[in-house]
Amino acid sequence: MKPFTFTLRQEPPQRVDLSPLTPDRLAGKSIAQIEEIEIGVTRISTKVGDIFKISEGDLKSLRYEGGSSRFDLLGAKLLPGFEIHVEGDVGAQCGRLAKGGKIAIAGNAGPHVASGNLGADIEIKGDAGDFLVGPLAGELAGMAGGRVIVRGNAGARAGDRLRRGIVVIEGDAGEDLGARVIAGTIFVLGEAKGRIGYLNKRGSIVLARAGCFGSTYVDCGPQELTFTRFLARSLRDHSASAADLLSRKLRRYGGDTAVYGKGEILTPD
Amino acid sequence: MPDIVRNGVRIDDNFAEAFPMSGTGILITAPNAKWARQAALTMTGFATSVIGCGCEAGIDREVPPEETPDGRPGVRALLFAMSSKDAEKQLVNRLGQCVLTCPGSAVYSTVAGEFEIKVGDAVRQFGDKWQMSKVVDSRRYWRVPVMDGEFFCEGKVGLTKKSVGGGNLLIMGADWDKTMRATEAAVAAIDGVADAIAPFPGGIVRSGSKVGSQYKGMSASTNDAYCPTLRGVTKSALDEDIGCVLEIVIDGLTDNAVREAMRAGLHAIIEMGPEQGAKRVGAGNYGGKLGPFHYHLKDLLP
Repeated sequence: MKPFTFTLRQEPPQRVDLSPLTPDRLAGKSIAQIEEIEIGVTRISTKVGDIFKISEGDLKSLRYEGGSSRFDLLGAKLLPGFEIHVEGDVGAQCGRLAKGGKIAIAGNAGPHVASGNLGADIEIKGDAGDFLVGPLAGELAGMAGGRVIVRGNAGARAGDRLRRGIVVIEGDAGEDLGARVIAGTIFVLGEAKGRIGYLNKRGSIVLARAGCFGSTYVDCGPQELTFTRFLARSLRDHSASAADLLSRKLRRYGGDTAVYGKGEILTPD
Repeated sequence: MPDIVRNGVRIDDNFAEAFPMSGTGILITAPNAKWARQAALTMTGFATSVIGCGCEAGIDREVPPEETPDGRPGVRALLFAMSSKDAEKQLVNRLGQCVLTCPGSAVYSTVAGEFEIKVGDAVRQFGDKWQMSKVVDSRRYWRVPVMDGEFFCEGKVGLTKKSVGGGNLLIMGADWDKTMRATEAAVAAIDGVADAIAPFPGGIVRSGSKVGSQYKGMSASTNDAYCPTLRGVTKSALDEDIGCVLEIVIDGLTDNAVREAMRAGLHAIIEMGPEQGAKRVGAGNYGGKLGPFHYHLKDLLP
């Protein structure tokens, strides 16, 4: 069955909050009702019908024909079993607090992708903004489950306060990758700029290129881990290059010993 | 009893009586097949009968590297007990003492059951706070640092209460050699059946028991009706041409696995014929009132 489709009529005149447009919240609504949903975030009204042409289809799978960097909160609180595909860019907080399901973005994404994600599978074909999987201001923990794959580059503070789940950045990562990580796994297949794994408690950061990790990361020598073999197999279908990296012999740096010190940076020997 | 005869082998018109059990298991992988097998053998040692061992366990099959979650050779071991609590206790003990200790091993869930029991979540504390948890595809795994690297273990494994224990075949032949030949062939055939194990040594038990004893307080004792040396002096079930009886006991994750295992064993014995192997095949039961699962030999014939 063909997906339920929102086709972009025009670039939204203001930022729009797309959190009401998830399959479970659209269920049981007629097209006319959906077109009346208010998605503007200012005093000026912007309704779904102003921005999108809707064509009905299977609600299990939503499709946006055309995107915009003003599309905020796309797929927020998405539930398991549903899919959203965007043929274009999205704005901030894509997949925020998603419980499960799949989100695929063909273009770029703004800041705070997968913030508070609890189990969704999110793929960004382009670049992701700052604070990839990071918490909003004031929150104590970032992403707590799921898998996020960024095919392009990520901005600064990627993986901030990550608590659980897997983050793969196939391109480069900005400054302060994996800062304050609680647990979970982060991959960078390109270059990670600046400080890495600052105050990392128990997380694993896997880097394709070795760098200087500072004096609070301690060399534990090259290791052959069953865990990396296992993870390589489970990641093979999602990111072949991450799986290849895991299949190599990796040197383990334990840290950040400035805090808990039970995390690690793994990098080819 | 009118005997049924197939390929010269007499088949008793009798049935095996089996009981519901809690079944669980783990997939053990290691850097090579030798050490995966060693871990499984150690873990399933001293697990022949729930009466004295607390559980019945055995190796279901070897798993090739392409089918294991980490791409290393694996062995699937199954464990059965009378309650899910017993199964959990036995599995955690055996995992901690036999698999965690075995060089190179890793453990994954392999039974799709309606319940889950904690294994990795129980042995993780061996890591003395150095252990790391990883959640992959909504399943938790533990990395416990050990002296050869890391012990990698899934947090929980499946358990099913729909398991069946006590399927059996009584293989009767002229002498020990021939009876053993037929029984070994039957065990080899049963090994090929998925989800079923034969927990006794090499799959075979020679000391079949009956309920009760002449001694007070002994609940089970030798099955004198099937002891060839007592043929004249007891109410024997044996014919004049039978000089040896061996038994195969089968536990399976499902009713069907036990039935298929019994069928495979029976077929192998019949195929060998009475000259090389067994002259007669029977099955053990308690009159049919104790166990809900009955496997009639006549229904399993080729």
